Amino acid sequence: MSKEKFDYFINGEKGKYEVVIGLEVHAQILSNSKLFSGSSTKFGGDPNNQVSLIDSAFPGMLPVINEECVKQAVRTGLGLNAKINNFSVFDRKNYFYADLPQGYQISQYKNPIVGEGKVLLDMPYGSKEIGIERLHLEQDAGKSIHDMDPSNTYVDLNRSGIALMEIVSKPDLRSPEEVNVYIKKLRSIMRYLGTCDGNMQEGSLRADVNVSVRKEGDKNFGTRCEIKNVNSIKFMQMAIEYEATRQVELIENGKGIDQETRLFDTKKNETRSMRSKEDAHDYRYFPDPDLLPLKLEQKLIDDLKKSLPELPDKKKERFIKEYGLNAYEANVLVSEKEISDYYEEVAKLSDKKLAATWMMGDLFAMLNDRGLDISKSPISAKHFAELVQSIKSGEISGRIAKEVFEIMVESGENPKKIIESKGMKQQSDPKELEKMINEIISKNKDKVDQYKAGKEKLFGFFVGQVMKLSGGKANPQLTNEILKKLLKN
Amino acid sequence: MSLDKEKIKHVAKLARISVNEAKVDSLTKDLNSIFKFIEQLNELDTSNVEPLTSILNESLRTRKDLINDGKIRDKILQNSPKKNDEFFVVPKVVE
Repeated sequence: MSKEKFDYFINGEKGKYEVVIGLEVHAQILSNSKLFSGSSTKFGGDPNNQVSLIDSAFPGMLPVINEECVKQAVRTGLGLNAKINNFSVFDRKNYFYADLPQGYQISQYKNPIVGEGKVLLDMPYGSKEIGIERLHLEQDAGKSIHDMDPSNTYVDLNRSGIALMEIVSKPDLRSPEEVNVYIKKLRSIMRYLGTCDGNMQEGSLRADVNVSVRKEGDKNFGTRCEIKNVNSIKFMQMAIEYEATRQVELIENGKGIDQETRLFDTKKNETRSMRSKEDAHDYRYFPDPDLLPLKLEQKLIDDLKKSLPELPDKKKERFIKEYGLNAYEANVLVSEKEISDYYEEVAKLSDKKLAATWMMGDLFAMLNDRGLDISKSPISAKHFAELVQSIKSGEISGRIAKEVFEIMVESGENPKKIIESKGMKQQSDPKELEKMINEIISKNKDKVDQYKAGKEKLFGFFVGQVMKLSGGKANPQLTNEILKKLLKN
Repeated sequence: MSLDKEKIKHVAKLARISVNEAKVDSLTKDLNSIFKFIEQLNELDTSNVEPLTSILNESLRTRKDLINDGKIRDKILQNSPKKNDEFFVVPKVVE
């Protein structure tokens, strides 16, 4: 693969600007019940039906932490190659909002459960390391619904108190594309670990995006703006482009940038200031007196570390070594655990390289067309492996294989049966082919003479005739060989 | 550090406590005397002392990840000044 050069800059009138991005990703922890209460975390339940007296902040209620949420945070930290802190503290982050019944969010401020780590990104211009600043546990807020009533806001507290991991990156990202790859990588790691389902439509993964710009080559960071709560990668990318361009214009017009919180308006495709959050940064953090510090035994951390599954980076290395894939193929095939499982099942039963090619080509295109996950594939890994083997052994040609593939998608049948019953087997008997080719030669004497006189383009014509006569079933390689031989005579 | 009237009003606003103008003066005086005491504590050099977050030398009690609460919507909504069958109803919040 050719190494492209990194070239994302905002071009102003007075020069090129580099964009500096840091993300605060909020990832919902996969657990049955909430961080500090026993109500369900299930998505899409009846409003306010998954709420306890704790989640709705009735007086006198005391929070008790869910041990599984703590383990999930530790697993994620380990997956991010991060330092796990044996001692962490829960703090109250105070702000007033209708969907926050406590008047504060329980979060971790000075002593988070996970410290510095790193994530590796595969970019066309090489591998890039993105630093993780920290990961901390916190509660989610409820949901405000503004469009059900013209003069009121409705509040649903089902989400209130669900455990989140806030994963804070260092300001190491430099383009919307790097943000895209970073989010996908985080998502992939967490899905491998089973700590977050990464479902952005349901809000399980969303991010606050910090953006600043600086002249190319500058060492100091510019003033940043924070774009709150963006819930799709596409919107993150659009918000970054808009915000970076806005900042460059301000700088070039000699105006300063205010450090502020902004909102991305997905309808107008612009960011704007959130004046209502003016006081929001006055959070008055202090340790939550209802909760003791969280102390983790080293043994618990070690045990969790031992029980981690193979993660994408490791699996990629193994795929390259074990299956002879190139880096690009391995990258695609490990991106989702389900995809890698499917591939491994196919590769065990068939040609490893050909299996990768056909999976990434026809299988992915078909799944994409139908909007299906690989777990819902109409073709089982076993059948797919049989198809690959039929191509490898020369039983069918690549062109016929595409037809067989289509029939497999529609019928769910096993490829052997399809090839058998439809007589699709490739013609690989040299004697049969010779007979056919001799027939074509004798019928096209004029063309043979022209070919012999040097018009080599006509070779394609003869191949075409063989394919036509055989109904596309002639073995292409063998056809070429025999044709060359007989045309020489 | 001392508190002026503006700071008092700001803190009151953040805490959603309504403070009538007549009380601001006496509140400022009271709070400043409390602050004076805290300033006095600040004379002690604590730069090498970790903040004490709890006087109990124990770790947090934990619970298993079980669903054993919720499904009490009527109870949850009963004290809300305004509600409908399913939701808390609050004044329109517009971003």
